[in-house]
Amino acid sequence: MADETRAAAGTAEAPSGDRPSGGDRPSGGDRPDRERRPPRAGGPGGGRGEGGPGGRKYFRRKKVCKFCVEKIEAINYKDIRLLAQFVAESGKIVPRRLTGVCTPHQRRLSSAIKQARNIALLPFAGRAS
Amino acid sequence: MNRTYELMFIVRPDMAEEDQDKLISTLESAVTSTGGVVKNVERMGKRRLAYRVRKFNDGIYVLLTVEGSGGLIHELERRLRVTEPVIKFLTVRIDEEQKRLDKIKAIRDARRKAAPAPATAEAAGEAPAVTA
Repeated sequence: MADETRAAAGTAEAPSGDRPSGGDRPSGGDRPDRERRPPRAGGPGGGRGEGGPGGRKYFRRKKVCKFCVEKIEAINYKDIRLLAQFVAESGKIVPRRLTGVCTPHQRRLSSAIKQARNIALLPFAGRAS
Repeated sequence: MNRTYELMFIVRPDMAEEDQDKLISTLESAVTSTGGVVKNVERMGKRRLAYRVRKFNDGIYVLLTVEGSGGLIHELERRLRVTEPVIKFLTVRIDEEQKRLDKIKAIRDARRKAAPAPATAEAAGEAPAVTA
């Protein structure tokens, strides 16, 4: 402690004296070294770096089309128990990218949902009052 | 050119049973007089509407399956529109969809015969439950 105050007084630099340990890390000699390190480590370590934080943090299961798997061919507007699975709480049709339904089935599904909406089986917006 | 249609309509919840019968029978007579056939009449009963229609929160759903021409459907829709207790209706043509389903079913049956595999799950999936 006494040493540091003496060194600070000797160099007459108040900021460096204020943070003696902090001033050590981003010192002039360290920074070029750090700049040099990423390209060097990037070659062999690049793959490892991607696999660590950017890789599969969440294991996502492959989505499959419910209608293809369960072989449901008839998507009827009267079958609201089936349709309600693909309608969000707000009344919106859930997009394919969230449900995994294949394109032909999503097409039938959306038209069935729209028919059900017209006959007041499903809401256009919001929960049923 | 006869096609199969499904006519679903909602009547107001306070309509008497006899009035419903009368309405359905007039529709049926309109169908038969123009050369159509009423295949099925299904009363789905009173149920809650998903949104408010003409200040009603409930409605009595009736489903008619009708075979006939487009002109017949036009006439039926006109009648429904002028009938006061009917608060909503929807006509859907179902023959082409039925044809498609029959075709798929035939293909599946043929495949099942060719390779007799246990397909009990398929039979269950083929009959979608119509929720009343």
